[in-house]
Amino acid sequence: MAGRGEAGSRGAGVRSDCWISVELRDGGGLELTVASKVASMYGERIRTQVAAGCRALGLEHARVEVDDQGAVPFVLDARLECAARRADPGLARVLLPELRLCCAAPAVRRRLRRSRLYLPGNQPKLFLNAGLHLPDGVILDLEDAVAPAEKDAARVLVRNALRVVDFGAAERMVRINQGERGLEDLDWVAPHNPHVILVPKVEDPAQVRAVAARVAAIRKKAKAAGEVFLMPIIESALGAWRAFEIAAADPSVIALAVGLEDYTADIGAPRTLEGRESFWARCQVVNGAVAAGAQPIDTVFSDVADEDGLRASCAEAKALGFVGKGCIHPRQIAVVHAAFAPTPDELAKAQRIVLAFEQAEAQGLGVVALGSKMIDAPVVKRAQGVLATAQAAGLLSADWRGSGDEGVAR
Amino acid sequence: MTKLVENAAGRLVPAEINGHPAVPYRGVGRYRPQGRKAAPPIRSCADYPADGDKTAPDLGTALQRAGLRDGMTIGSHHHLRNGDLVANQVFRAAAELGVKDLRWVPSAAFPCHAPLIELLESGVIHHIEGSMNGPLGDYCSQGRMRGMGVLRSHGGRWQAIQDGEVHIDIAVIAAPTADPFGNATGDRGPAACGLLGFALADSLYADHVIVVTDNLVPFPCIPWQIQGNNVDQVVVLDRIGDASKIVSGTTEITKSPDRLLIAELTARFCDEAGIVRDGFSFQAGAGGTALSFALFLRDIMRERRIKARFVRGGSTRYLVDMLEEGLTDYILDGQTFDLAGVRSMRENPGHVNTSPFTSYNWHGKGNFASLLDAVVLGATEVDVDFNANVVTHSDGRLLHGIGGWMNCLAGRCTILPVPSFRDRIPVLVDRVTTLCGPGELIDVVVTERGIAVNPLRQDLLAKLRGSSLPLRDIRDLKAEVEEIVGGPPAPPELGEKVVAAIKWVDGTVIDGVREVKG
Repeated sequence: MAGRGEAGSRGAGVRSDCWISVELRDGGGLELTVASKVASMYGERIRTQVAAGCRALGLEHARVEVDDQGAVPFVLDARLECAARRADPGLARVLLPELRLCCAAPAVRRRLRRSRLYLPGNQPKLFLNAGLHLPDGVILDLEDAVAPAEKDAARVLVRNALRVVDFGAAERMVRINQGERGLEDLDWVAPHNPHVILVPKVEDPAQVRAVAARVAAIRKKAKAAGEVFLMPIIESALGAWRAFEIAAADPSVIALAVGLEDYTADIGAPRTLEGRESFWARCQVVNGAVAAGAQPIDTVFSDVADEDGLRASCAEAKALGFVGKGCIHPRQIAVVHAAFAPTPDELAKAQRIVLAFEQAEAQGLGVVALGSKMIDAPVVKRAQGVLATAQAAGLLSADWRGSGDEGVAR
Repeated sequence: MTKLVENAAGRLVPAEINGHPAVPYRGVGRYRPQGRKAAPPIRSCADYPADGDKTAPDLGTALQRAGLRDGMTIGSHHHLRNGDLVANQVFRAAAELGVKDLRWVPSAAFPCHAPLIELLESGVIHHIEGSMNGPLGDYCSQGRMRGMGVLRSHGGRWQAIQDGEVHIDIAVIAAPTADPFGNATGDRGPAACGLLGFALADSLYADHVIVVTDNLVPFPCIPWQIQGNNVDQVVVLDRIGDASKIVSGTTEITKSPDRLLIAELTARFCDEAGIVRDGFSFQAGAGGTALSFALFLRDIMRERRIKARFVRGGSTRYLVDMLEEGLTDYILDGQTFDLAGVRSMRENPGHVNTSPFTSYNWHGKGNFASLLDAVVLGATEVDVDFNANVVTHSDGRLLHGIGGWMNCLAGRCTILPVPSFRDRIPVLVDRVTTLCGPGELIDVVVTERGIAVNPLRQDLLAKLRGSSLPLRDIRDLKAEVEEIVGGPPAPPELGEKVVAAIKWVDGTVIDGVREVKG
């Protein structure tokens, strides 16, 4: 058997990654050369790990070359497996890192989804500390952030990351590719406890059902417990038109997101900061999602340096009914969270309404009044929602009634 | 082979350095030398031109007139940083005079001094006593220097010269502006660099002082940071420095989200620990994380309407902005890093020149560093006992200078904001490769994964009770990092030979740097 494959990155500027080449041979055993920036500290460990990896993959006779720039173990494994697979596309075995406890938390249907941080699926350096910036979710992106030639490499890397990387309390999301490639992506990631699959460019409820069916089949085969939820992304005129049907396509849909770069291209209108061209689509997504019992999530704000712009964009999204926003840089997360949090005034008002409602209930009164104003049932419901959000965001303690906590937003 | 003795920190250090006995480190504040300070020889005005014109035609002539001979000690300074064009010319002139075995005592050497490796090889320079950044550090690490290197802090260099431990025969002071009498300043001229404080000790204690400038002005040069009455000769060169490498036009805060997180946590720590209050003081360097820390701190100060009494440090436009905005009464400048700092030093009476004597000298009647409420410093390694390394990498290679780092540990709260690992290399370790700062003086380590407070600082821990900051045990942080990077690193492979000694602020030897193999 002969074949050669290489994977990973090398050269100036590469950090926390490695490049591995695998050349299959007919005999001669395993020949391993390792060059590493961290050779004096981890050279032996790298040799041991790569040799064990070759055995696990069934590479008995091969020349393996490693050029390492400080890759951590799960990255070394991913690059080795990808290089081996490129050398032998029929490779049957996989090199699964041991599942860490921090990666085993189950998905939760109802939770805060204010921020979701995009992480390019083939850049391991960005994975390691992503959870420290406390996003509500991280998205390991297999789609737009990965070059077509690296889709296979990203699949292996993202799979390993799902088993090893501690993303803290963040919801673990994966954005798959469009169409058939996206369904194949699921074979790689669905068994490894992703909480949410982001499905791009959805225009038809059948796309959602296809993903849900594939996920269910994979999970059943892998005997995986727990649920995997879906977040379809609306990125076209047709998708926006059918927003409700898409959100209602399957019970696993927990949120509907809108992507405006593709949407504005689709309708042929330039994307503006003001966003009048996408007003209808955003409202359509909000209403479609809410009607189907899903959370509406806004697009990303792409100017990382413009914090005021991000704040204004979040305020507008909140005003339209969105509950979250995409982030392309960790520094956007705190701004987004602050923008979607109830304001101190909103919080104080909601507390007064809920207290008045509970008092009226206790006294058996049919009518709730606050001062001279009558309060309708939907107003009470909204106030309860505000308090729930504030509690989930840590702005209000659960026993605020007794603690004298006036709900001052930090 | 050099005889090694164990010092009070449990480190094996050379008992003798380049033929002179050395005192092993005895503990913080334990070593109290007796006697009187060194002093330069008495001179007479009769030997200097009455018209005040001390100019010499070129460096070679000036060195000859200074009596340069084999084995002498030459002092120079790093205020022109990586743009210095003077030191290389001095040693080239010495080489042309056929002189051998010189001891070079720079306040720091930079990558621009790499050409001097040739003169170390040819025997013109015997060894270097000073911080060696970059290629010279590597050269020393590989055991190729004939003598043992000696690394001192900025304050330690002053202490050594003042105490007579290092006698400077000839000091060469690069001066961005000077007059023929020898008065000199760094705050103006084509090679303006701000402060000349590192050269002050040499001007007071050296046998012979040569000022080198490319901007000669008629007497008097005002202001004078270096006083002409201490200067023997003045040499005019076409260019003393490469301006683009002396001060940066713009010092930039870090863009790394992880470093920004560390900087933000550091500022929040200072706030929640009660350090940020009216009249407080702090020092932060010019590295990306330290600059970002200053910005986060500024936001807190603005919001809470707090004003500092003084800030110390390498001055940058960020500190200058704070001064001009009224967030601090003074900048006490120890080194000037950008053009905004140089301008402010020239124009703002609140921007004050200091020196290693006022700020850092341990053998003085107090120093400014100990008055600081918070000091924010970097490190290459920190161990579980809070000991820190700032000169060698985890592979044992000598790559950085000490600067004012060691002196700043005297501050009331020493904070090291560091990443918990760099690429795969842990910063948090069991035992630092080279000891530069004893753990008892390091109060807080701030990483992206959490903040470790030294258990010796129960007062800080008490103030932080109930805080939402991610406070962690340093051993837990280390364990978490090792889980990520796949275990602790193998110790570096080091030779027997001690290639450099690390001097504590009092002149005792706190650690030795071993030769790196391979």
